[in-house]
Amino acid sequence: MRTTLAWAALRRHPMRTLLAIFGLAIAAALLIDMVMLATGMRASFRSLLTSQGYQLRVTPKGTLPFDTEASVGGASALVASLRTHPDIDRVSPSLGTTVQVSIGDRATSAFALGTTAAVQGEYLLQGGREAAVDTVLREVVVNAAFLERLGATLGDTLDVGTERSAQLRQAGRRAQVVLVGVVRFLYVPPGLPAMAAPLPALQQFLGAAGRDRISLAMASVRVDGRDAEAQLARIEAVRQWIETEHPRVTAISTETAIVQVEERLAYFRQLAFILGALSLVIGVLLVTTLVSLSVNERLGELAVLRAIGVPQAGVLQQIMLEGLMLGLAGITLGLGLGLVTARWLNTILRDFPGLPADLDFFVWSPEAAWKALGMLLIASTVAGAIPAWRAARVRVAQALREEAVA
Amino acid sequence: MTAPTGNRDGTPLLEAHDVQRRYEAGESTVHALRGVSVAIRRGEFVAIVGASGSGKSTLLHLLGAVDAPDAGRVIFEGRDISRLSDAEATRLRLLRVGLVFQRFYLMPTLSALENVMLPMAEAGLAPAARRARAEELLRYVGLGERTGHRPTQLSGGEQQRVAVARALANEPALLLADEPTGELDAATGAALIALLQRLNADGLTCVLVTHDAALAQSAQRVITMKDGRIVQDTGASPS
Repeated sequence: MRTTLAWAALRRHPMRTLLAIFGLAIAAALLIDMVMLATGMRASFRSLLTSQGYQLRVTPKGTLPFDTEASVGGASALVASLRTHPDIDRVSPSLGTTVQVSIGDRATSAFALGTTAAVQGEYLLQGGREAAVDTVLREVVVNAAFLERLGATLGDTLDVGTERSAQLRQAGRRAQVVLVGVVRFLYVPPGLPAMAAPLPALQQFLGAAGRDRISLAMASVRVDGRDAEAQLARIEAVRQWIETEHPRVTAISTETAIVQVEERLAYFRQLAFILGALSLVIGVLLVTTLVSLSVNERLGELAVLRAIGVPQAGVLQQIMLEGLMLGLAGITLGLGLGLVTARWLNTILRDFPGLPADLDFFVWSPEAAWKALGMLLIASTVAGAIPAWRAARVRVAQALREEAVA
Repeated sequence: MTAPTGNRDGTPLLEAHDVQRRYEAGESTVHALRGVSVAIRRGEFVAIVGASGSGKSTLLHLLGAVDAPDAGRVIFEGRDISRLSDAEATRLRLLRVGLVFQRFYLMPTLSALENVMLPMAEAGLAPAARRARAEELLRYVGLGERTGHRPTQLSGGEQQRVAVARALANEPALLLADEPTGELDAATGAALIALLQRLNADGLTCVLVTHDAALAQSAQRVITMKDGRIVQDTGASPS
């Protein structure tokens, strides 16, 4: 009966109730988006880093992967050394550089990556085939932006060249390569033309600048069913071993990388926290305002309920139910609204220059989302408690007397 | 349903002993009751009359445990109800007292049937039983065909009859009505008076506050109040 009464009270002013529900839905949508933003980037970045099974990234001392053009020499020895560690089961070395590419009268600069196809964790083949293992640059695989920029198709022959290096007093180098596959690079921004070729071929093509050099080596640490903490400890031990054995490099674990990224993106989290808290406050204010208004209008009616034998707790429950119903309706609508806006905002932010194609800003994290929405639901219910308490405490005789006078 | 049952053994159902009640109205204090004593016997039909501000409604509220006196005692069914806790008074009103108001005060968003079922739901009656009794009561007050109507779809007289049915929901020992014909025209007022007389004839003790001369004349006993005191009582027990 209380539910019927609460529902009936909300239906009495449908437009007012609908507006309040929309207001709550917007607050809930904002909250859910902020939670998705705050937790999503971390989850997405972790997923991106671990998607190919590599937990450690070895780079020239003091650099982040492909953050600069820096490379480390003695790559063969470094990779061989890494492979001797009993806890490392795979190593994927790669070399990155910028090259000039042309076909007919169209030309562009592109990011070129030398990798070992069998162990690489940088891209996914989407069409054609891998470039054949070679020590001379003859075949390449490229991404969609590369094809689009040059108007090229599979099977085309391209001219690839390097700029003249004044520092190395080296003339630009040239090669003709065949485009044999289309790939999607995991860590390369989607709009940046990029190509990949066998590592020895790219090293040879770059001459002295590339000889036995790599920009990055990714290492996969064995997983043997230990618990997550033990696994992290093992990765950390391998990381420390690499830095001790090879002082010229920095070894970055996924956890460290996430911490570094989080430091860089702290602004986003703070913004998300502030806006999320704001949405909670808005939700509370909306419910308090609406329920207070409703209670003020119905004081006489509530006094009659009390007079005919409805206890204080009954009135309290009924009014709080109104807040709960508003909260439930608003949150249900807000959940849908939040997911739609998150998807839209994610599309916009993913187009931000310089970000990996697979990095999401808004990721659905059920636990965090339900916690946040649960908080909003509790807040909206509690927000109804203040006017509900006032309604329950109404002095029956006085309210009836005032009603009669009115 | 034939009628609400009650007995007419002539024993007091309700007694007020020197009750006083004052309340603040702005900066002044209103002495609504200045020491009122009255006894209502089981099965009586009592009308309380008097000018506005004479203390009629205040006395009615005290008799029905809607309010508590500042001084004096109210005894209902042998129990002092003047110092009950809020929960005790609420329970008493729910189960033993039926209240009817001048402005009906039905829940506007509930049907006639739901309005009558409301006190029974509070009393914990099972849904099927409360529906059956509510339908029975609405038939008793002549609204058996209008159970699904909302208050706004009913005339004033019909709304007041729903309010009477609601007051009878938990088979009270006492029906208190504050100006029950105050919002009704002469014809519907007369029909309501007939209904109240029928209830009383079936054994229910009724106490009404009224300005309505016709209603007062229909009562067995008329108590006249002035300035917070009883100035005339046509049926007072010889002391």
